[in-house]
Amino acid sequence: MIATACLIALAAISLALLLNLYRLAVGPHALDRVLALDTMVINAIGLIVVLGIWFGVTIFFEAALLFAMVGFLSTVAFCKYLLRGNVIE
Amino acid sequence: MTAWIVDVGVTVLLLTGSFFLLVGSFGLAKLPDMMRRLHAPTKATTLGIGALLIASMAYFTFSLGIPSFHELLITVFLFITAPVTAHMIAKAHLLRDPELRPRLPDVQANGGWATLGRSPQDTQRGGP
Amino acid sequence: MGMRLLPQPVLTLVIAAVWMALANSVSLGNAVLGLALGLAVPLLTQAYWPDRPRFRNPWRIADFALVVLWDIIVSNIQVARLILFRRGDSLRSQFVRVPLDLTNAEAITILAGTITMTPGTVSADLSADGTAILVHCLETDDPEATVTAIKQRYERRLMEIFA
Repeated sequence: MIATACLIALAAISLALLLNLYRLAVGPHALDRVLALDTMVINAIGLIVVLGIWFGVTIFFEAALLFAMVGFLSTVAFCKYLLRGNVIE
Repeated sequence: MTAWIVDVGVTVLLLTGSFFLLVGSFGLAKLPDMMRRLHAPTKATTLGIGALLIASMAYFTFSLGIPSFHELLITVFLFITAPVTAHMIAKAHLLRDPELRPRLPDVQANGGWATLGRSPQDTQRGGP
Repeated sequence: MGMRLLPQPVLTLVIAAVWMALANSVSLGNAVLGLALGLAVPLLTQAYWPDRPRFRNPWRIADFALVVLWDIIVSNIQVARLILFRRGDSLRSQFVRVPLDLTNAEAITILAGTITMTPGTVSADLSADGTAILVHCLETDDPEATVTAIKQRYERRLMEIFA
């Protein structure tokens, strides 16, 4: 039962990633793309977690944590750049 | 007997989590303007990820017998950082879209809104 | 003496818990190591955080966290319904100004984060002098009701927690 649920979850998250890709491609502003990237990172974390359940391996946890941290930092850096024209002042 | 309950719980959590992730991304693709789009991912995705991580925690601890609670760390991290990214994106959007400024409420404070102008007049007129 | 060795007892416990979660085991060795870090980090960093917040009533944090968690779940279902069953143009969204009674910077940060995570609202900006938050509502008929809800539900509880 869990295996089927994993498959459905993987399909749903992949569809979500495609929708994010659509927003990333269409825009229209730079900030829409930043938001799409941020959502994509969160969806990627979900994908990693579901894959961890699917394979029965806990080792993916570190990858998910790193994704969360790098995604947060990159979004904030993008926004800071768009706000101030500079990342580190 | 208990294994059966854990299986059902993990299945339900997996389906809810992926459903909310999908709804968040659907809202991002569907809603017409930037400020409305901001609502969908920040809310739906945090609960989606939270449900998936609880499912992972329950599965490893009860089904495989590997005690695991470090998933809580990602949940807490995302619950702290998601509002911060949303706030930064909203600020950058306020600064870069002059059409929004007439729709802002009066600030009623010295210095105006932090992202925009020095005075309330600046906020109304269109910022620096 | 107690205050000098243990400047932030809550932070000490949080660091120890995060350490044990990172190691993913609750053993005596990890608890000791986590507590050692939890004692050392606040002592070594207190010089860089001069006017840190003081808790008046730390036990109210649990009450606040439960209220916020419940609201997060409710808000997710609400927003999901709005996204799925309403046309994007028909959502009556608007900006609202929420006046603040809190003065503590950390408390205002937590309030802004809470507003973003809860029903149909995103905090968008702060006034330059920190006396008001700009909030964007996804769907609202009555901005006044939203403001009173935020102040009654979250700000009142935060004022009880922070001195």
